Amino acid sequence: MSGSIQDTFFEECEELLEAMDEGLTAVEGGDHDPEVVNAIFRAVHSIKGGAGAFGLDELVAFAHKFETVFDEVRSNKLQLDPKLIQLLLRSSDHLSDLVSVARDGGSTDEEHHGVLIAGLEEYIGEEEEDLTFEPMGLGGPSMPLPIADESEKTYQIRFHPLKEMFGTGNEPFFLFQALSELGPLKVELDESELPGFDSMAMDESYLAWNMTLTTTEPKSSVEAIFEFVEGLCELEISSDKDGEEEAAALAALNAAFGSPGDSTEPETPAPFDSPAPAEAAPVTSPEPTEKVEAAKPESNKSEQRGPKPTLRVDLERVDRLINAVGELIINHSMLAQQIANLDVADLRDVETELEGFKNLARDIQEGVMSIRAQPVKPLFQRMARIVREASSATQKSAKLVTEGENTEVDKTVIERLSDPLTHILRNAVDHGVEKPEAREEAGKNRVGNIRLSASHRSGSVCIEIRDDGAGVNRPRVKQIAIEKGLIPENAELTDSEIDNLLFLPGFSTAKEVSNLSGRGVGMDVVKNAVSALGGRINISSTPGKGSTFTIILPLTLAVMDGMVVSVADQTMVVPITSIIETMRGSDEMINSLGADGTLLSIRGNFVPICDVAGALGLRKPDGDQPPGVYLLVETETGQRSALAVDDIHDQRQVVIKSLDGVCGNIPGVAAATILGDGKIAMILDPESIIAASPNSATFDTERRMSNAIAS
Amino acid sequence: MKTKVLAIDDSRTIRNLLAATLEEAGFDYHCAVDGREGVDMYSDVAPDVVITDINMPNLDGFGVIEELRGNGINSKVPILVLTTESAPEMKARARDAGATGWITKPFDDQSLIFALKRVTGAAA
Repeated sequence: MSGSIQDTFFEECEELLEAMDEGLTAVEGGDHDPEVVNAIFRAVHSIKGGAGAFGLDELVAFAHKFETVFDEVRSNKLQLDPKLIQLLLRSSDHLSDLVSVARDGGSTDEEHHGVLIAGLEEYIGEEEEDLTFEPMGLGGPSMPLPIADESEKTYQIRFHPLKEMFGTGNEPFFLFQALSELGPLKVELDESELPGFDSMAMDESYLAWNMTLTTTEPKSSVEAIFEFVEGLCELEISSDKDGEEEAAALAALNAAFGSPGDSTEPETPAPFDSPAPAEAAPVTSPEPTEKVEAAKPESNKSEQRGPKPTLRVDLERVDRLINAVGELIINHSMLAQQIANLDVADLRDVETELEGFKNLARDIQEGVMSIRAQPVKPLFQRMARIVREASSATQKSAKLVTEGENTEVDKTVIERLSDPLTHILRNAVDHGVEKPEAREEAGKNRVGNIRLSASHRSGSVCIEIRDDGAGVNRPRVKQIAIEKGLIPENAELTDSEIDNLLFLPGFSTAKEVSNLSGRGVGMDVVKNAVSALGGRINISSTPGKGSTFTIILPLTLAVMDGMVVSVADQTMVVPITSIIETMRGSDEMINSLGADGTLLSIRGNFVPICDVAGALGLRKPDGDQPPGVYLLVETETGQRSALAVDDIHDQRQVVIKSLDGVCGNIPGVAAATILGDGKIAMILDPESIIAASPNSATFDTERRMSNAIAS
Repeated sequence: MKTKVLAIDDSRTIRNLLAATLEEAGFDYHCAVDGREGVDMYSDVAPDVVITDINMPNLDGFGVIEELRGNGINSKVPILVLTTESAPEMKARARDAGATGWITKPFDDQSLIFALKRVTGAAA
């Protein structure tokens, strides 16, 4: 088997697992629509079918059990009660694990595997089990069995098709052709049963053939050729050597397919040019056929649900395109700059065209970006499982509700969001949602509700995780922070600051490390992961009502809108998304605070000033800020700061060029870009600049501010 | 002239496997992703043989057989069903609906070609 076909199989498995998860989530939510159940069945069935082709036996075996149970549900022999649904959900998770193991190696928890198999088997009646996967009698092998018998035999074959055979598209001629490949074949037509023309019935079968075949092949090979017409013909195969075997084989054949010699089978009235076969189906198996009928009125609906035509493209090609577009944008700004520098009287026409060029470049860029954009749905669906596992590990019950699943986000962002989201959700179940009893006492539903939502918000993506649990236990959080020396004992913190302590490195509220959320990683890892994506994370919490984590992410990692500023004679770029307001400062707006601090007064509010040049080490921080330009930015904790820069030049789209591998991580600098004049400019990370600035010591700003106001 | 095969299966893996085997063996391979598309494609492709999965969205394999057999012109085209169950019950049901034969999944190259040979006479 070709490796690439197997790769496609695993790709398809991902899609099927998603479809299955989606279906199960709908079922869990009370949607027991037969088409939903059928779609899940099909997904499992396809996984099994593909897995079989690649000899992935463990996967096949489990998928088979799973599928069998679903078949029972489909045919209404089983009721979807909560217990069964839970089992199915856990089985679906396990199936997903088995797929991963089949692809990447490793092993699954055998005990868990056994428990699920046993669980599924409880729902499988014994007879169903017998009917399915076991090859039965002659019906099983469609290939000649290899028998080491080299001696040549002569078979006498009499073949008399019944009229039913002609409705199935079987052609005697092709059978003879196949037979002749086994050895020299002599065919004689026997038309002795043919009546006179006046009494001939059009749809009756009168002809028979007598054949003599000489071959070294065993009898089973000869029988295999007639496999499709068993029961549709009178067939006698005898050889000079095996009179007894023949009788035994025919008896087995009869047992498996009803009596082949009996031409008065009442159930198959199938003259070959009538639509009767369609009517015959309900007679033999009315139940499944009804299913088909019942599904018909919905076919329109399911067509709408069906996927739009898509094209699978190598990610590398898309990325090459994105790079080229990035270069195009840089190229445009260079061109614009050079044109501006030209000493020409009338540039209007050129500028109009240049504007058109810019718009087109932006269109292309947006188009290319949208190729990389993917809905968050698959990611969200995986999260349902995290919540399930977390709930069962903590003996709590919690349900994940998702919203805005079709919100599209850059592929890389989606991939790298998986871990942070997993962590937040585990935490939400472990620390947020209370035990069912406690919830009841608090007058809440026993089942905790966790809402995961995604939405677009002015050029960025907002992901929100909201639980209705107990909220952050602030006194305890503060206590721990003091114990761990993260804050001074007498620190006065606002509620929001306390909540944000959770993101500090080395913070963990778990009294003992639970095997769930406390895996040695704290929320600081989550924060770092989000920052690495150019995003911000925030928490807000109401005691007794729950907590909300908000993650704001850029739409793309390749370009962004930036404000071009100059700092100590260098050109730099500040991401537009973090800037709230810009203003020119004057002396009376600046207030000193202590020895080294300065505050900017904006409409009666005080905001600490952070000198960018000083923070980057480009200029010694001195008490006297040159009255330059201030960019008002908001940090993740909701605090505001004023970044002092020398001047603002421009606001434009810049292409992000990563510095990783070029010069590593520089505090205060997020990445670099190439400007219109070909120069490289640093893209600043306001958050880390503020953290690095001596002026805004992390937690006591507010206190100092209030002191300043009081004094 | 190459023997033309129309394969109808909603599983991309199975379609790929069929394509790999059949194209290598010299068949003219066409495929559809569900029963409805298969029936719609039928007259354009005018295949010598149809291979269809049973459980598919939009129109299942029995529906495919029913529609193809119901149309007098197509009533004799060989139709092979793909089934994971080797149980006689499934085969009997497929045959009652008008299927010519069956291919049991997982299939290997030889059994696939062997099945095609018996209903079209062609090994390619």
